[in-house]
Amino acid sequence: MTKLLEVKGLTAGYGQVRVLHGLDFSLDEGGVTTLLGANGAGKTTTLRAICGMVKAGGEILFEGKNILGKSTEDVARLGVAHIPEGRGTFTRMTTEENLLLGAISRKDQKNVQKDIDKMYDHFPRLKQRRLQQAGTLSGGEQQMLAIARALMLRPRLMLLDEPSFGLAPLVVKEMFEILTALNKEENASMLIVEQNAALALGIADDAYLLETGSIVMSGPAKQIGADENVRRSYLGY
Amino acid sequence: MSTHEETVAHHDIGESPEGENRPIARPGGASASAGARRIIFLVLLAVALVLPALLKNFVVFQLTQTMVYAIAILGLNLLTGFNGQFSLGHSAFYAVGAYTAAIMMEHMGIGYVWTLPVAGVICFIIGFLFGLPALRLEGVYLALATFALAAATPQILKLSPLEHWTGGVQGIVITKPDAPFGLPLNQDQWLYYFTLIVGIILYICATNLVTSRTGRALMAIRDNPIAARSMGVNTSLYKASAFGLSAFYTGIAGALGAIIVQFVAPDSFTLTLSIGFLVGLVVGGVGWLPGALFGGAFLLFVPNIAEGVSKGLSGAVYGLLLIAIIYVMPSGLAGFVQAIVSKVRGK
Repeated sequence: MTKLLEVKGLTAGYGQVRVLHGLDFSLDEGGVTTLLGANGAGKTTTLRAICGMVKAGGEILFEGKNILGKSTEDVARLGVAHIPEGRGTFTRMTTEENLLLGAISRKDQKNVQKDIDKMYDHFPRLKQRRLQQAGTLSGGEQQMLAIARALMLRPRLMLLDEPSFGLAPLVVKEMFEILTALNKEENASMLIVEQNAALALGIADDAYLLETGSIVMSGPAKQIGADENVRRSYLGY
Repeated sequence: MSTHEETVAHHDIGESPEGENRPIARPGGASASAGARRIIFLVLLAVALVLPALLKNFVVFQLTQTMVYAIAILGLNLLTGFNGQFSLGHSAFYAVGAYTAAIMMEHMGIGYVWTLPVAGVICFIIGFLFGLPALRLEGVYLALATFALAAATPQILKLSPLEHWTGGVQGIVITKPDAPFGLPLNQDQWLYYFTLIVGIILYICATNLVTSRTGRALMAIRDNPIAARSMGVNTSLYKASAFGLSAFYTGIAGALGAIIVQFVAPDSFTLTLSIGFLVGLVVGGVGWLPGALFGGAFLLFVPNIAEGVSKGLSGAVYGLLLIAIIYVMPSGLAGFVQAIVSKVRGK
C-alpha cells in the first residue's frame, strides 16, 4: 500500500517549550491510525503541526509532497480535514450552514447539496436539527456535526482530536461505529488522537504510543492492544 | 467577546433536550417567513415614500440624517456583527467619506452623485489596508488600535499642509444640490429620496452578502477562526476585506452626511461619533441588519430628547435612557423583535 502521510523527524513546540522531539510515523491510504498517549504527551500538537497551526521542524509528506510550513487553509485545501479539540462548531450558524462551510473551499459547488443529503443519511439526527443554531446542539450532536462538516471537504485524510471527549459512553460507541462505517464507505483515511485507548485500538489498523513528545511504541493496533505494559497503563486491566 | 454573547444570550447554549425540534434560534428577521418579511418591507417602503409630503422640512432632514447614520451602522454591523471585529475608528472612515464628497464637489466641481462611489472606494482601500495590520489584533486590542485611528483623524484634518484642500479648522461649506429632472421636490425632500434609494441598494447588497458563501465565511471566522481556517477559509483575506467593506459603507454614509449637512469640519468626526455608531449598533442588535435603522434613529433623536428633558443634565438623561433601553432589550431591538415573533407564533 502507498503511504498517504509520512512524518519524519517532526519537532514542534510553543515558544521556548519544545513539545515534540522528532516523531516518525506514517499512515496508509484508506487506513485508520491512532496516536495514543496521556495528557500532555503531544498528541494534539502533532495534529496541529500537520495542519500548520504550530511552528514545526522535520518533514511532513502528504501524498509525497512536503506540506510543512504551509498555512492551515492551504493544508485544508489539499484535502486534510482537521476536527479540532472542542469540535470547532460555528455556534451562531445553523447546522446546515456549518455543513455548507465544510465545503466552502471546494470547486465543485454543484455537488455540495448532494453531499449534504448524504451526511443527513449518515447522521439522521443532524437532519432533524437542520435549521437549528449549532451552538444549541448537544455535545454528541456537535461532534457528529464536526465529523460531517469535515467530510463535506471530501477529504483525503481526516485528523480527529479526541472525538470521544466529554461524551456519554453510549454516544461514544455510536460515534465510533459511524467512524468505522465512514472509513469503509467514504474511503476516508483517518488519524485519530485518543485518550480512550480501548476504543481507538478497536477501530485502528495501526497504533503509535506517545510519551512526552516521543514515540515509544508502534505497530499493528492488535499487537499494541495485547502488550502487557500498554494494557496496564492505558487500558486499565 | 461580550457583544457576541449578547445576541445569543437568551438562547441557551449547550445541551438541548433530546428529540425536541427547536425553532430557528436567530435574532429577529430570520424567523419571520420570507413572505411576511416582504410585506413588512413594502409597508415600510410605502410609509417612507409618503412621509416627506406630510412632514416639515426640518423633520425630513432629520429622517435623512437617520438613514445616513443607519448606513454607517450597517457597515459597522458587517464588521462587528458578522465578522466579530471591533472598531472604535469608524468616525475616521465617515470623515474620509465626508471630506471626499466635500473636496470633489467644492474644489473639483464634480456632481454629488459621483462622490458616493469614490468615497466608498477610497474608504474600502483605507479600511482594507488598516485591516491588514489589525489582523494580528483581537478584541480589546483591536478596539485600542481603532481608537487611535479615531483620535488622530480630526487633528490630521486640521494639519496646515492639507489646509488648501480641507479648509483646516474652518472646514468646507457645500452647496446643497437641487432635485434633478425638474422634479417637484425641494432640496431636503430630494436628498431624502436620494438617501433612501442609496440606503435600500446598500441594504439589499448587505442582506445578499450575509446569506452568500462569502457571508458564511465571515460568520465562520467570527464564531471560530481556527475551525474556519481548518475548512480552508483564508481568514486574513476575509478579515481585511470585511474591514474594507465596512469602511466602504461608512464612507458612503459620510459622503451623504456631508451633502445633506452642507458642511464638513474636523470636530464633527471625533471619537464621540465612533462611540455613537457602536451604541447604535448595540441598541439595534448586533448581527441583525434591520436594526441599523433603529440605531440610526437612536443616535440622532435620543440626545435631542435628553436635551429636551434637561439642558444641564442632558448627558445623564441620555445615559439613563440608554441603560433603560439595554435593560428592556438586552440584545437590542433584534432580541425584542424575535421575542414578539416567537410569541405571535406560539399562539
